[in-house]
Amino acid sequence: MTAPPILSIRGLSVAFQSHGPPGRVVENLDLTLRRGEILGLVGESGCGKSVLARSILRLLPAPPARLTGEIFFGENLENLMAAGPQRLRAVRGGEISMIFQEPMTSLNPVFTVGRQMTEVVRLHTGAGRAKARKVCRDFLASVKLPDPETVLDKYPHQLSGGQRQRVMIATALSCGPKLLIADEPTTALDVTVQSQVLALLNDLTRARGVSTLFISHDLGVVAQLCDRVAVMYSGRLVELAPAESLFGRPAHPYTRGLLEAIPILSAPRAELLAIPGQVPNPADPPPGCRFHPRCGQRLDRCAREVPALTAQGEHWVACFNGHDR
Amino acid sequence: MPWSIRKSGIDGRKAWPVPGSALWLLLRNPSAVAGGGIVLFMALMAVLAPWLAPYDPNALNLAARLQAPSLAHWFGTDEMGRDLLSRVVFGARVSLVIGLVVIILAGGLGTLAGASAGYLGGRFDNVVMRVMDVILSFPSLVLAMALAAALGPSLKNAILAVAFTQVPKFARLARGEALNIRERLFIKAARVSGFSAPWIITRHVIPNCLATIMVLATLTVGETILVAASLSFIGLGAQPPTPEWGAIISVGRKFLLDQWWYPTFPGLFIVLTVVGYNILGDALRDVFDPRLRGGRL
Repeated sequence: MTAPPILSIRGLSVAFQSHGPPGRVVENLDLTLRRGEILGLVGESGCGKSVLARSILRLLPAPPARLTGEIFFGENLENLMAAGPQRLRAVRGGEISMIFQEPMTSLNPVFTVGRQMTEVVRLHTGAGRAKARKVCRDFLASVKLPDPETVLDKYPHQLSGGQRQRVMIATALSCGPKLLIADEPTTALDVTVQSQVLALLNDLTRARGVSTLFISHDLGVVAQLCDRVAVMYSGRLVELAPAESLFGRPAHPYTRGLLEAIPILSAPRAELLAIPGQVPNPADPPPGCRFHPRCGQRLDRCAREVPALTAQGEHWVACFNGHDR
Repeated sequence: MPWSIRKSGIDGRKAWPVPGSALWLLLRNPSAVAGGGIVLFMALMAVLAPWLAPYDPNALNLAARLQAPSLAHWFGTDEMGRDLLSRVVFGARVSLVIGLVVIILAGGLGTLAGASAGYLGGRFDNVVMRVMDVILSFPSLVLAMALAAALGPSLKNAILAVAFTQVPKFARLARGEALNIRERLFIKAARVSGFSAPWIITRHVIPNCLATIMVLATLTVGETILVAASLSFIGLGAQPPTPEWGAIISVGRKFLLDQWWYPTFPGLFIVLTVVGYNILGDALRDVFDPRLRGGRL
């Protein structure tokens, strides 16, 4: 079960300098992604999921972003924080690739799909035009796009959202990355297409042994797809556990709140449950556990001390009364 | 549009141009057809000048000086007996070259500088755009005159001078477009795929602002030809005996009272060309960029 790590984030903090106090959007975060696993990253909007994903690829403009900590990646656990711009460009797309939420605008409207895909392949593999085209055709076939040869010559506006997201997945996998970061890849798709794309992602990444960091706020999707799930709240990791364990025995009050907030279709119509309160402002977070102002089980020490992540087997939680229940 | 439906569908033949395409829209736009027609006419005249012109534009015939328009010399002759029709026809070549070279130089440089400034932002953006502001702060004709005078009067220097004054327009437009394009997701996708900034600028940013740049380029050709003719008129551009319209008018103005045809025909051709490019440019803008409709650039 414990495969060697492919990505190891140690003490990562991301702060944004603006007028006034710096906003700490990610704070002292540790996270390890194992080889071949799909790790779900969930949390409310604004909790720092996407910022975390972007800082792995060092995509955030600095300034205003300030990164501290270490990001180790690959078999040799190379520190990406120390990598130069040239090395970073080789990593991006070649060893770590990323797919985004909006397939409608992820492709350049003025070039054909084939041209954009082959450019990526040629950049990272040095293949010739014809060879790159063949690689792209095979990858388009593997994402189950019918008639990949004609898709290559189409412009993005001639494809549907689902088709475009398939193209993005094919492009992301075309250079044989070791890690795929999927930032809410199915949010913009309708439900039937969503399940097809998810099945595809699952099959392809598992067949190729590609590790995946799957960012989502759709807990149902995460439960189906992911091996382990990490829950973020206000820039900190609050819970990290295998999927069955997290959904079966959620230990952090925030995770429980998230699960209770899922409306159940079959249940008699009742009021929608929500977690009271709002996500804290990263420039002015509450002291101690950042969730304590919204927490129903808070203790006095919650407002004073930051709870550390503690483990019970594979299940990690950052809460003073997490494992006791 | 029953005509296009009939043409495209039922008998199975593909209609050309494809309904809804840019060319199809242009052909349905009266001012595009008019402007495009004038521009095409001038371009054909320039290309076919050696075959269209009845005489050698520089052949002297002192026996036939300053003759009024006749069947032999439609536009009359000048003080050296040169055929003015032939000179005007060959003058189209000079104007076309000036227009194209200036657009390639100014449009290319301005677009590259503006797109880079908009995409990269920060200090580079500031430096580039302040330089452009300085250039823009001079009236373009005055600046072109000063530059052409400093470089020395010749057609080549006039072209360089005019091109220099036109760079900021393209830079500003390209920067504005780049600021918008930079935030689109495909740029992020390209960065995530490991492409470098120069690659992203040339392959993603610039192609996406070309439609707007082309509109400005078309409008600028007219202005360019006018400014270049003005430079020639005051002796800073094409030198005699080059059959350049502005240069012909410059010499011909002395004869306006007695031999009206001498400066009039080259003048008419300048007007026609500039109007043609401006009409075409406006029409292109309507077709390519409906957001800008009505307002000037």
